[in-house]
Amino acid sequence: MDLSVFQIIWFVLWGVLWAVYFMLDGFVLGTGFLSGLLAKTDTEKRVLINTVGPVWDGNEVWLITAGGATFAAFPTTYALMFSNLYSALLLLLFAMIVRGVSFEFRSKLDSPAWRGGWDMAIIVSSFLPALLFGVAFGNIFKGIPMKNDFATLNFSYDGTLIGLLNPYGLLTGVLFVLLFAVHGSLYAAIKTTGELSTRAAGLANRLWLPLLAVAVAFLGYTYPATRLYDNFLKAPVLLIIPIIAVVSLLLVKVFAAKGALHNSFLFSCLTIVFVVFTGVTGLFPNLIPSNIDPASNLTIFNSSSSLLTLQIMTVVALIFVPTVIAYKIWVYRIFRARISGEDVIGNPEAY
Amino acid sequence: MNVVTLSQLQFAATGMFHWIFVPLTLGLSIMTAWMETKYVTTGDETWLRMTKFWGKLFLINFALGVVTGITMEFQFGMNWSEYSRYVGDIFGAPLAIEATLAFFLESVFIGVWIFGWKKISRKAHMISIWLAAGATNVSALIILLANAWMQKPVGYVLRNNRAEMNDFLAVLTNPYGWIKFTHTLLSGYALAAFVVMGVSAWHLLRKNESAFFKRSFRLAAVWGFVASIGVAVTGDFHAVEIARTQPSKFAAMESQWETKRGVGMNLLLLPDVARECNSIEQLCVPNALSFLAFKDPNAEIKGLKEFPKELRPPVTATFISFRLMVGLGTFMILASLAGIILSRRQNFEEQRWFLKLMAIAIPAPYLAEQFGWLVAELGRQPWIVYGVLKTADAVSKSISTTQVALSLLGFTVLYGLLGAIDIFLLVKHAKKGPDKDLSAIINVQGYLVTPDAPQTDKDMAGIINVQGRA
Repeated sequence: MDLSVFQIIWFVLWGVLWAVYFMLDGFVLGTGFLSGLLAKTDTEKRVLINTVGPVWDGNEVWLITAGGATFAAFPTTYALMFSNLYSALLLLLFAMIVRGVSFEFRSKLDSPAWRGGWDMAIIVSSFLPALLFGVAFGNIFKGIPMKNDFATLNFSYDGTLIGLLNPYGLLTGVLFVLLFAVHGSLYAAIKTTGELSTRAAGLANRLWLPLLAVAVAFLGYTYPATRLYDNFLKAPVLLIIPIIAVVSLLLVKVFAAKGALHNSFLFSCLTIVFVVFTGVTGLFPNLIPSNIDPASNLTIFNSSSSLLTLQIMTVVALIFVPTVIAYKIWVYRIFRARISGEDVIGNPEAY
Repeated sequence: MNVVTLSQLQFAATGMFHWIFVPLTLGLSIMTAWMETKYVTTGDETWLRMTKFWGKLFLINFALGVVTGITMEFQFGMNWSEYSRYVGDIFGAPLAIEATLAFFLESVFIGVWIFGWKKISRKAHMISIWLAAGATNVSALIILLANAWMQKPVGYVLRNNRAEMNDFLAVLTNPYGWIKFTHTLLSGYALAAFVVMGVSAWHLLRKNESAFFKRSFRLAAVWGFVASIGVAVTGDFHAVEIARTQPSKFAAMESQWETKRGVGMNLLLLPDVARECNSIEQLCVPNALSFLAFKDPNAEIKGLKEFPKELRPPVTATFISFRLMVGLGTFMILASLAGIILSRRQNFEEQRWFLKLMAIAIPAPYLAEQFGWLVAELGRQPWIVYGVLKTADAVSKSISTTQVALSLLGFTVLYGLLGAIDIFLLVKHAKKGPDKDLSAIINVQGYLVTPDAPQTDKDMAGIINVQGRA
């Protein structure tokens, strides 16, 4: 097989890694920034944190893997994406750092001020990544103002942090926030008991309509703002991807309204995965387009690693990704039970 | 200051901060796994209480190690994009492999270990901590192989305006990497042993939980001694490898200015960089340096003057860091040996001067770790990849001084705050001592009283299958 086959394999894997990351961390971020609305008492807050306790770290590793895979498979894209978006990624990084330690530290002291501080930290450090990831992907869909000459290795970028907060970037940010909000509420609803669970289900139902409205606006605005639709117009069969996304989103509400929350959550997972697939399919073969010069687009062909590296990484991925998925499923099964107040009170291991 | 200097400072600061937490994770995870295994095999409840107490210390420490690790991955692209572009074909692969092979295993099974006391059988629980601990150790191997490639690049060819991999096996079997890995890993075990000894000594001074802390101390003293000896032996291998592959680093470590045969080692030495000589050279052991570096008393050692000034590392800092690391390492061998001997005595608790020494010696291995990294990374300068790419040419082009100054400020404030909180929690938990009452564990978790039920046996099968497939 020649180089381009492996470049395409890694493009697909790249998309899958991001999709799985958003599906898994989406509900952790969602329950995190909604924790102030969902949980009324200290015990309820602990219950919420403990629903994600055993899995948040493992979910975040999908992000590290997506980053590592970008580095290994498309080093030029990794280099230019991370340096061009320096300030935005820095904010994201700070938020991810604070979120991780907040889970760990919050219940280590029995002081209301201490816990209140970490509660606030969880809300902010969960909201910020949700918004920033959306803004970042909106700008990636749209293209960023860079000029790259791959022959002379002259790379320049003419953007700013404020420049990323353009209307399309912000709309995508809001879309991500709402996707994760519904996703997180549904997760909280199926992982907790009693009033907390009811409240979470109610919130998911209420947030669905705003999500639908923003999703429709996003699909509409994408046409003038990006070139994502080009691939779909060239090969209409690909339209199945956004159609699955939209149908899944509708089924989220159908099942949520009936109280079939597990099914609703399942379709929320599918919605997120297929929203990411839609964007990534529209990008192909670009990883990050330039919005000022099409020749400067970072594509899978001009930014990839050598054939040997891609081959090695493919073997690694074929062995370990299924292994990871297998033991992660095992872990989700172990911790499948709902968590109640009694589970966290007096339990020295709980967060 | 320019973008290069600021980025170097930021990478050094965030890397060294990350490295406050990682060595304890490496060592204490394995020690905790060892303790739980002793409990599962003997049924002795003191081992369970030890698992719980030291395991919790491990977890508080672990959290910061994890979150500060993401910073390291991001910074390669953020601050060193030219490096990432130039060597990504080789350097990116280990990072991706580290995540898929080690980080997933570590994060998932840490979760199982923390939250799974009631959910899975004792054996499955014990296997979880071994998987998590093993994964942290494997991740250290992979990232040190990547670092070793920066020190001694192998298995690559310069082509298409970058370094491309042409021999993956050479990257994986780079002797520099394996020596560095064993040296670093053992230093983590030694550090964990000194933390356990120090905290135990603190409690023994207060006659608190004597049986518990005596057993902990004895275990850690043996670990500490074996590991410290191992650190010294692998350190010797490491120095030999450096002398062969990075002569400018070796010359700076030893402050050797002239190229000579049969070089002795001065026990008292002070470099004078301006005059390109040493202002103090006393107590010389003849031919010692040639022998240590090449196992030949008459071997030639390349001096710093062999290299143009702009290709020399910062001599004084490299030299002093190296001497301090070796000095602290020597202290650790002696202190842990004394620990083994004294802790076997009946009147161990009366050895107050020694217990005090061990309690205040906790920072010693931490300092040795930091000095070790300073030697490794300062000594490589001005190269980012030794002999291939200079640090100054590796920096991102699209970032400004202001951006990096602000991010460095941000990291300083955030890390300072989180570090202080984490150390506060560690000290608080360490001082509190183990839970007095095992019944809390029994009642809440059913861990001690629940026999392995059929359902949990199935869970075991799950683990075995997963492992089998891995």
